[in-house]
Amino acid sequence: MQSQSTPIDNGVNVEALLGARAALTEAPQAARFRWRATSRWMNGTHSRTTIDDFHGLGGEQKHRQAFAFDTDHPEIFASEDQGPTPVEMLLVGLAGCLSAGIAAVAQHRKIQLHAVAASVEADMDIQGILGIADDVRNGFGAVRVHFEVDADATADEIAALVAQSQKRSAVFDTLTNPTDVHVTVHKVAQ
Amino acid sequence: MNASRRANAVDVVIVGGGHCGLAMSRALSQRGIGHVVLERGEVANAWRTERWDSLRLLTPNWMTRLPGQAYDGADPDGYMTSAEVAGFLSRYAATAAAPLRTATTVLGARPTGDGWWVETTQGDWQCRALVVATGAAGRPVVPAAAADVPGEVAQFSALDYRRPAQLPDGGVLIVGASATGLQLAQEIQRSGRAVTLAVGEHVRMPRLYRGRDIQWWLLAAGVLDQRLADVDDVGRVRRLPSPQLVGTPERGTLDLNVLQRGGVRVAGRLAQVRDGRALFSGSLRNACALADLKMNRLLDTFDDWALGDGMRPDVDAVEPRPAPTRLPDTATTVLDLKRHFRSVIWATGMRPDHGWLDASLRDRAGTLRHEGGVADLPGLYVLGLPFLRRRKSSFIHGAGQDVDELVGHLTAHLNQSARARSAARGIARRRISPSAYAGLSRSWPQPD
Repeated sequence: MQSQSTPIDNGVNVEALLGARAALTEAPQAARFRWRATSRWMNGTHSRTTIDDFHGLGGEQKHRQAFAFDTDHPEIFASEDQGPTPVEMLLVGLAGCLSAGIAAVAQHRKIQLHAVAASVEADMDIQGILGIADDVRNGFGAVRVHFEVDADATADEIAALVAQSQKRSAVFDTLTNPTDVHVTVHKVAQ
Repeated sequence: MNASRRANAVDVVIVGGGHCGLAMSRALSQRGIGHVVLERGEVANAWRTERWDSLRLLTPNWMTRLPGQAYDGADPDGYMTSAEVAGFLSRYAATAAAPLRTATTVLGARPTGDGWWVETTQGDWQCRALVVATGAAGRPVVPAAAADVPGEVAQFSALDYRRPAQLPDGGVLIVGASATGLQLAQEIQRSGRAVTLAVGEHVRMPRLYRGRDIQWWLLAAGVLDQRLADVDDVGRVRRLPSPQLVGTPERGTLDLNVLQRGGVRVAGRLAQVRDGRALFSGSLRNACALADLKMNRLLDTFDDWALGDGMRPDVDAVEPRPAPTRLPDTATTVLDLKRHFRSVIWATGMRPDHGWLDASLRDRAGTLRHEGGVADLPGLYVLGLPFLRRRKSSFIHGAGQDVDELVGHLTAHLNQSARARSAARGIARRRISPSAYAGLSRSWPQPD
């Protein structure tokens, strides 16, 4: 950790996070969040998903603006490639979550970051989704994340940032542990 | 409980005849305070009846000491068996002439206004202070996934387990990577059964470092004396699993590398059992990375401490750190339980058994709520829980200081309640009208 007196600033308001932790310990119901996305099929394998509102801190919340994401498949799947494949969106979530965690933990531990770069790889055998082989799963066989971190800290301190970020990451947890997924459908009246 | 029943009266009732209860008994005797020690079996009951055969203490013999009695045998660096601990405590009880009531199970306790009513299988007791010293490991914590394990697979907790021969032949899934999980994995794998160990977050330590027992370092460097104010999250340190250690005559290290060399398969934390299949978390690498980093930080603090003392003659030169935890290239994430296992052992932690205390006194996990051993209601105390007052609180050698501090609090409480009683009697004799009580309230005892 750095010893000079310049204040550490990774752009994370740790006091606000710690305050929220204290407040939510007293009011656990306000800690129950619900994230939402709505999507519309466009054409072929192309869909557009919009993120706008969510529930948390005991009430309805809104992003500063709605965000829209196009997902599709690449041309080698005879698709139009209007956006990343949905599985690639999972990698976006994982990289974003772990990097945010590194920044927050570094701020809390008073470590100045200069650069954090992640490369994420996921292995997938598409015999699974194509139904060629029953013993091959549809999803990722393995995910690898590599971080290059420039920070005022020792190699072990940086390794500890990355480890603590995984320990507290929602996306890492969701990818590494089973999650109950409940899908329903309603036939729209003609 | 029936208030019209007759009860024996005594100033203090201690529940539990283990090391904490006996140390408190000795402290009360020295102060001339009347008390009894209620023990469901005989002294050191859990050490006699609730431990697996091969268990030894995780602390060396020289650390096994209580106020007035220390290990005086020929093997100070060895580790006591359960039977030796029971013998040590029996000797302690006899020397102190502890007022024991053995074969006496406490069924319940309730506040009576100026004290406690304690119901037991051998009659009731009325007391002014109650000390809960029933230990930290009264009941096993078993995750909800246990209910989804197929009926053909036998299940055991660490309290049920005694020896490998008790298990069916065939594969064994051990869930939990504390001292218990690792010790059981090693001896069961050696019995010829294929063991898979489910590993979540854990605490890794070498048995010896620079020629000294790791417990020597923890004590000498002041870690075991850390107090509540020295840690930023008391709840977290109280829930820490026991470090991966074993006490053997060889003083060897027991870690995941040792187990895997012996043939044990490691998998991630058991996340769920679904359709008869065990699903293990994909976070094993990070759990091991966290434990390796934390172990190295601990050894760094030891090195810093030893250097700070100059050239210490009592430790060897700095030695290479234990190798990082090695894991297979491909992680095990799914195993069909019936196909791979004949039994599952839940080494997923222990909690105190405070179920006999009123639910309003307990927290969400069922443990008596307390601040450093002092409960919410005056006159109620607890001993021997993890990090009760300091990191060594749950160790045998940690009881002395906790008892010393809490007996002071308890004595002050008895004096205060005695003053309150005589004041109340005086009021009654002088027939002061009830309205006059208000004016006396300043001298009335206030709850702590």
